[in-house]
This record gives sequence, structure tokens and C-alpha cells, in this order.
Amino acid sequence: MASNRRKFLKSAVTGAALAAGHPAGAQQQAQATRPANAPLLARETDPPANVEVLTADRPGSDFMVDVLKSLGFEYLFANPGSSFRGLHESIINYGGNTSPEFITCCHEESSIAMAHGYAKIEGKPALVMAHGTVGLQHASMAIYNAYCDHAPVYIVVGNSIDAISRRPGVEWAHSVQDAASGVRDFVKWDDLPISLPHFAESAVRAYKIAMTPPMMPVLLVADGDLQETPVSPKARLEIPKLSRLAPPQGDISAVNELAKMLVAAENPVLIADRCARTEAGLKLLVELAETLQAPVMNQNGRMNFPSRHPLNQSDGRGLIANADLIVGLEVWDFWGTINSYRDQLERTSKPITKPGVKLVSITSTDLFTKSNYQDFQRYAGVDLAIAADAEATLPSLIEACRKLITADRKRVFEDRGKKFAAAHQQALERARTEATYGWDASPISTARMAAELYAVIKDKDWSLVSGGGWPQRLWNFDKYYQTIGGSGGAGVGYGAPASLGAAIANKKHGRLSVTIQNDGDLMYAPGVLWTSAHHHIPLLSVMHNNRAYHQEIMHLQRMANRHQRGITRAGIGTRIEDPNIDYATVARGMGVYGEGPISDPKDLGPALRRAVAVVEKGEPALVDVVTQPR
Amino acid sequence: MLRLLMLASLACLAYAQAPAPSGNAQKGKQLFQSYGCYQCHGREAQGGTGTGPRLAPKPIAFSAVTKYVRQPTGQMPPYTAKVVSDQDLADIYAFLSAQPQPPSAKSIAILNN
Repeated sequence: MASNRRKFLKSAVTGAALAAGHPAGAQQQAQATRPANAPLLARETDPPANVEVLTADRPGSDFMVDVLKSLGFEYLFANPGSSFRGLHESIINYGGNTSPEFITCCHEESSIAMAHGYAKIEGKPALVMAHGTVGLQHASMAIYNAYCDHAPVYIVVGNSIDAISRRPGVEWAHSVQDAASGVRDFVKWDDLPISLPHFAESAVRAYKIAMTPPMMPVLLVADGDLQETPVSPKARLEIPKLSRLAPPQGDISAVNELAKMLVAAENPVLIADRCARTEAGLKLLVELAETLQAPVMNQNGRMNFPSRHPLNQSDGRGLIANADLIVGLEVWDFWGTINSYRDQLERTSKPITKPGVKLVSITSTDLFTKSNYQDFQRYAGVDLAIAADAEATLPSLIEACRKLITADRKRVFEDRGKKFAAAHQQALERARTEATYGWDASPISTARMAAELYAVIKDKDWSLVSGGGWPQRLWNFDKYYQTIGGSGGAGVGYGAPASLGAAIANKKHGRLSVTIQNDGDLMYAPGVLWTSAHHHIPLLSVMHNNRAYHQEIMHLQRMANRHQRGITRAGIGTRIEDPNIDYATVARGMGVYGEGPISDPKDLGPALRRAVAVVEKGEPALVDVVTQPR
Repeated sequence: MLRLLMLASLACLAYAQAPAPSGNAQKGKQLFQSYGCYQCHGREAQGGTGTGPRLAPKPIAFSAVTKYVRQPTGQMPPYTAKVVSDQDLADIYAFLSAQPQPPSAKSIAILNN
């Protein structure tokens, strides 16, 4: 495959040398001896001595597109790069730029985060392409977020493996021995196919691995020569069948044991973090909770449980301390859930559970854990660890519980349910009362912002694609796409692009996508605004503009106070002001409808209504709200 | 957070008898900003999501505030006298005490959606 390119380079260099060494007078003399059209005539009629093949009807990248199309990708998120130019061209021409459609991103971190957000709405991966070197380096933080968040992202990076075939200069800087090495610690699987059949097999395998819980990013390297070399007419290329995937369910004896514990427990608590992957998962958790009349604490890694369900006890005070059985469903940080931790000069911790409490986890994290990055959290030491996908395990757990429930236990459960229904109503009223404090404040309180936004969207088919806190306390979440959790790795810069990826997934369903957008997050890669305008992606971004990297201010205050140096300089390096950023102008500059900055709460509702009208016409809009810190 | 509130409440009971010193509410408002109290508790001391609890209106007793600020038993970083003087605390306390009661939740239509 390298020989074609070498031949091309040789002839190009020879031609250039001849042209450079040919005196101008000699050229004129040669032209004078022939009729004006002679060179053209000669090129068309003379038999060529050594014909160089300059075109190809079917490059390898066309077959790669066949493979990728077989996997059903809707979108390709990418910033263009020469190392995958063959694939790029095949996708837009041979592939017709549909399934996948190329979505132009302004940064590879945005490409990955868009795919991350898309996956959590659509339940399947999108495709991302990048340079194997500089593009993947840009992308790495976002890949880590998706890895921590158990979100499938399908990454193809370009690379030029054969050193002899590389173009001098930049292509060498854009080539790497082992492209995946920089991210191997936080992708689930990667491969470097060296033939088209190898590419096909690895591509299908990668999809299968990404979509088997715990779902995570996967990466394939697409060699430049493999992309650009024509497919031999004799080649026998086949695309392997993608298996139907059944996620891992919990061992049935362990599930039966847990069912016994749940039915016998007086104060069980179900804690859900990344439990509900799908609409079915949401319904199943409701079914389990109602079967047992057991409280659910939603840690909001996914849309696990309806916010207004009487058994939703996410604000539950003393629930964990009083529990005799705690069941964690895809809980990321079980230890942190059952222990208090104090971040003072001497770091201390203690259990918040009562002695004798039984702890059970169901999580697919137990099926796949890597070593280097420490996202796996402190060891929880549960009594029963069921290594399985929680959502897939719920049907057998529900069935096992039902078989064990006697009439007596049912009466106990009903009484318990009434108590929690009353507690739920009290929690809602408490949240509403707490929201009134600072109601008319300027900058605008985050509770007021959440309430104003909900008033505008509540009667529409909405999806809050990023942002939490007050919405979870005040809004009625009851559909699986109404919230999708956070970044996973807490890498700042996730919110804006992930929201846009989720919005493009929501677009075909006609949903109104809304995000509460942190200012510091948007400034990592604000080019997503342009992407939203260019591709007409309807998304309402409501800026939570507290003009600071607020989390870091609090950390700095902690350090300054600990050292008794005063905290008046804690804004150095942490505030985003002087000048204040005018996000509405930034948005308008990238073709997005923008309003603000709004600091008077009375102006907020009307601005939001105008912006929603724009989004409902299929375009993005941004409202800049100057807010309280949290 | 709950633990912090409970401890603060207990401290409030223990020190409820101690009189609050006189303070300047306007100056206290400025100090509440400059000392960064608002970063966790909000500019009106209304409390923040996942950060600091509501402090006003009707703050706990001054002596309990002082005790907690100097030697916090929860997550709050300590503000020693070297950083915040007793008089500054008195001014901040005057600001907290001057905060008005908010409207009731039932009177705000959009809070009842």
C-alpha cells in the first residue's frame, strides 16, 4: 500500500524539479515549435510511457463507511483532520452524509462531549473522529468524563502507521506509534486494524464492547493508507453481524437472597445513581419501590425515579441513619453515601449508618475496573455485592420479592408507603419555602431562575439536558429523557457540548431541550454555540452566570482560612470578571439568538418566553442570567 | 449539611441567653461580601444549593454564630479572630438580623407548579 504513495511522491518531486530547472527561454522555444494547442493535443493522444494511476473508484475508506453504516450511527461529531481525510470524504460523498451525518465541531473535547450527551438520551453511541495525536489529546478529558459516567462513545482516530508513506513535515508530527496509549486507561477497548477485514471485525467488536454494561468509550485507529488505498477487486470483504446484546443480570441465588432481605427489612432504602439507562429502567425502579413501598433516594446520575413520586425521598432526612437495609443501584460512591467526611486540617470520617445495617450493591462497575485512574472510589465493604447491570437485574428482583410478600408484610408496606407519601409532600413544601428566600435578590437566586424557567417550559415536552440542584427539588420529572445526569469525571467543559449532543438527539423527537449552563464551563469551548447555529440544533441555554469558578473559590477560601491569611484575595485566579463576559453578545456573534445579561428577576420570565419561541422554531437561543453563586 | 444545622441549633439553645452586641448592618452587608460568606450562603444569606445553609432572616444566637465560626464542627472553614474580628462578626450579625422575611411560597404562583 505504501508503494502507490511512494510512486506518486517520486513523480511529483521529479516533475517539480524539472519545472524548477527549466529555463524560461527554453520553454518559450519549445512552445514556438508547436501549434498553440499542441501540448493539449499531445497529452490527449500520445501513448503515455508510464501511466501514473491518480484516481481510485473504491478506496478503503468507502468500505469503512459501509462498516460504520452497518452499526447505525446517526451522527459523526468531528473537527476535520487530515489523518482521516479519506474517511471524511467517503462519509460525505460515498455515504451521502447521512447515517452518519457530519456535525462540525470546533474542538475535539466538544466532539466527545456531544457524543456523550447524545448517548445518554438516545441509548446508543455516536461516532467521533479525530487526529490520533493532536485531536485525541484535545479529546482526552472528555473521554475520561464519558468513561467515568459509563457512557458509550465510539471513537475513530486517523494515524499514519507506515513511516515511509508519511508526507514530510506535519504528517510526522501527527503520527504516533500507539495512538490509543494516551487514553487507554480510560477507554474500555481499542484496536489498530491493519487490514480492511480486520477493521470490519474490530469495528463491530468495539460496538459490542461499548454497549455491554458498563458502557464506556471505545477507540479504533484508522490507518491513513488503509483509508486511501483502493480496495482490490479480488478482496473478499464482509461485515460481521452485530449480535443482539443482553446485559448481564445478577446471579439468581444472590437476587433471591436480596429479595428476602428486602421483604423482611423494616426500613429499607433504595439508592439509585446510574440505575435507569432506559425508559424501561425508570418504570422498573418505580415497580420495585411500589412493590415494597420502599423509599428511593435518587442521586441523579440518570433519570432513575420520578421527582414527584410519593416514594421519592431524595431529600429524606435520617433515612440512611435509620435504615436496616441499604441497596445501592449503580451507585458510583457507595462509601461516600454511607459515611460523613470532614474536610478540615485533619481529615476525618465516620459512618452515618446504624450498627448492623445490611448493605447490598448491584453494579456493573464490579465487572470492569481499571487501575490507574481512581474513579472507582473508596472500598465500601458491602455485605452482598451483585456484579451485574442493575436495570437488567430489576425484573428478576421484583419477581422474587413478589413471591415472598405475605398479606402481613403487605399491610406493613402499605403503612410505610403512607408515611413516606406524607414525608414527600412535606419535602416539596419545604423546598418551595426555601426557594422564597432571596426571591427578589439581584443577582438572581438560582431557585428563582429554576422556578421562572419551569414556568415557561412545564407544559411542553421538555428535557433538561444539563444542570441540577433546584430543578430536582421543584420540577416534576417523570419521563426518562428529562434529565441525564452529570459529567462523570467532573471535568469542566462537559456541560455545553454534552447539552448540545443531547439536544440533537432530542431534535427528531420534537422535544424542547433546555440546559442550565455554567459560565466557566461554556468558556472552555464556546465554539459549540457556532455548531448549534450552523446545524440548527434547537437548545435553550440559560446561563448560570456567577462570574466565577465558584467551586474553586470555596476551596481557596478553605485554604486561606486554614492558614489564617484572610480570604479577600481568594478571587485571584478564580473569578471570571473584569471584564464581565457578555454571553448574549458572544452567542449572537456565533449566530445564536442571545438575550441578557439579566440581573433583575422581573425581566427573566419574559426573556425566557422569547427565547423558547426561537427554540421552538428549531434554532438555538441563549439567555444570560447573572446569578447568585449557588 | 443536616448535621451542621443540628449542631448549630444545639449551640443556639446553649447560647441563647447571651445578648447580641450592637453592629452596623450596612457595614455587615459589605463584610458579608468581602469575607466571601456569600459564596456558600448566598448574597442575602438565603443559603446555597449543596454549599452553606440559610443564615437569615432570624439568625441563631450571636454567641452560637461566633462559636461556630471560630471552631466549626462541620465542613465550614474556620474564621479565626485573626481573620474576622469580633466587631466584624457583630456587624455581619446585624446584617443577618436585618434581612426581611420573604413572601410565602403559596403567594408565588410559579412556585406552585
